[in-house]
Amino acid sequence: MSLRVLVGCKRVIDYAVKIRVRPDKLGVVTDGVKHSMNPFDEIAIEEAVRLKEKKIAKEVVAVSCGPTQAQETIRTALAMGADRGIHVEIPAKEMEKLEPLHVSKILAKLAEQEQAELVIVGKQAIDDDSNATAQMTAALLDWPQATFASKLEKTDGELEVTREVDGGLETIKVKLPAVVSSDLRLNEPRYATLPNIMKAKKKKIAKMKPSDLGVNLASHLEVIEVVDPPTREAGIKVEDVDTLVTKLKDSGRI
Amino acid sequence: MTFSRMVRQAYSLPAWRQLCFKPMYPGVRQQQTAATLGDVAGMQVSPLTVLSPEEEMMKDAVAKFASEQIAPLVSKMDGEGHIDEKVLKGMFENGFMGVEVGEEYGGCGSTFFISNLVIEELAKVDASISVTCDIQNTLINTLLINLGTQDQKNKYLPKLATEYTGSFCLSEVESGSDAFAMKTTAKRDGNNYIINGSKMWISSAPLSGIFLVMANAEPSAGYKGITCFLVDAGTPGLSIGKKEDKLGLRASSTCVVHFDNVVVPEENILGKFGHGYKYAIGMLNEGRIGIGAQMVGLAQGCLDATIPYLLQRKQFGRTIFDFQAMQHAVANLATEIEAARLLVYNAARLKEAGQPFIKQGAMAKLYSSEVATRVTSKCIELMGGVGFTKDYPIEKFYRDCKIGTIYEGTSHIQLNTIAKIIGQEYSS
Repeated sequence: MSLRVLVGCKRVIDYAVKIRVRPDKLGVVTDGVKHSMNPFDEIAIEEAVRLKEKKIAKEVVAVSCGPTQAQETIRTALAMGADRGIHVEIPAKEMEKLEPLHVSKILAKLAEQEQAELVIVGKQAIDDDSNATAQMTAALLDWPQATFASKLEKTDGELEVTREVDGGLETIKVKLPAVVSSDLRLNEPRYATLPNIMKAKKKKIAKMKPSDLGVNLASHLEVIEVVDPPTREAGIKVEDVDTLVTKLKDSGRI
Repeated sequence: MTFSRMVRQAYSLPAWRQLCFKPMYPGVRQQQTAATLGDVAGMQVSPLTVLSPEEEMMKDAVAKFASEQIAPLVSKMDGEGHIDEKVLKGMFENGFMGVEVGEEYGGCGSTFFISNLVIEELAKVDASISVTCDIQNTLINTLLINLGTQDQKNKYLPKLATEYTGSFCLSEVESGSDAFAMKTTAKRDGNNYIINGSKMWISSAPLSGIFLVMANAEPSAGYKGITCFLVDAGTPGLSIGKKEDKLGLRASSTCVVHFDNVVVPEENILGKFGHGYKYAIGMLNEGRIGIGAQMVGLAQGCLDATIPYLLQRKQFGRTIFDFQAMQHAVANLATEIEAARLLVYNAARLKEAGQPFIKQGAMAKLYSSEVATRVTSKCIELMGGVGFTKDYPIEKFYRDCKIGTIYEGTSHIQLNTIAKIIGQEYSS
């Protein structure tokens, strides 16, 4: 049994970059800032490629929604071992208003078109931390979902997935086709080696627009304000527990 | 004469077109146009520091590996005096050691410019790792790719790309800048040559699987007897001698290598008999661009490690970066590094475009190695007392940079080369 796996990978601001709020307070500065693939999506790609190496998957298709630069993200996925890519072109201006629901609709449509039996995405993107795309995609497809996966095994026609939940670990079985979202400890992504980056040049990236998939990008959400978290203040030392309790009460903490 | 005509005369258009117009990926050509300044007489002109998407990807891949896998081990490797096994293995696995080697031999099939980017990124983290990579790519691999017979390429290129380092043996105790005064001989014996002598300053000697040995096979012909021999590690008579206890680049092993009646079949001559001197000079002309890249990376890495400290350290109620003298110092250093980088990048692009590049390559190596010494020395001062301790990485950059003005052609040799070419330019 050989699956086609669809993997979503998002181009986000690199995790090491110091984020700056835009002067208009409606977003963060992205111009000239280093971007890379969402780390959880790297884990998703890695898992898909490992499935192919275990001969469980026959093809890994990497999808990214975004402006031209999203192709760099797809190229990274191809260099890690994905077979081909799909770039859903969304101009930079519209990217700001892109919501998990839009992406889910796109992924669902592509999963049907490509006849994928497994969709893997990162559990959340490190820019918006929505943690919604996997779940919505599953709902739109009416497929089972296994989110926060830290271990993935294939049994006959099913997946056995260990999930990281608040209380610990939960192991579930889901029937294929299914949607999985990858958590941190699922695997350690490989480096895109230089020879593989060169080989990835020959792999195909198909281009399409959301309208080609019948997806409308009308907004349902409006960003009111983006502000920095409050700057961390210095702590103070107190002599005894009573003073501590008084100070906590005074500042409204308890 | 119109500007376009001048430009077209300066750069052979076919070569330039090949460089700029070859689409790296489908659709990327459009992006390159957007990034360039626009058409100049039908030629695409681009800022030197704007890289193609492919070059950016390769550079980022190296930077990632360097910061995650090499950086944590830099101190340890410097202290122990050798490259960590895992790091070396990682460099081979990630393709850093065979950038220009063809895919058919297990290499990347990539470009000279990208080799320089790899060398530069590695040097930002560890100059010893960078030089190991530089020698492999710009000296060893290049010699084999350009001069090797198909058999020699089949035998050695796959190993050089994926398994072991090669060592380039030219200098001796009595011959450094005066390379042709070498005393190592290769005496003909039937279908073999017997090599006798000692080579000095041989990098990676204990690790290497192959040695490219310059020996004089016809001393009566003077330097025109110098021939390049491929000698496998473990050949009887080849022994690794004393390892140098160096000021810097300590993780890169530099040793004496002895040749005691080493028998080498004549099939192991690389290129033509008696042409070794030409090859040595030719390769060093290219190799020094790589050293330029190493020095630029080293200087940049040093400055990158210094500035955050300046922005954080407070004296007299403000950060020391607040003081104008500090700002001026940093601005000067950054300007010098940028200038050195442009020299290196342009020399590399010229070589790739098939244009004359020897003068520019010499300028690149000369300037960037001198910039590296100025930057590292100044950075120690800017850091104050802590810059003088091993707790901070600055002192290592300072120690590592010094060899830059010495190896692969001393600064004096570079000046000679540049002046000679200028003399020719004005005489013809």
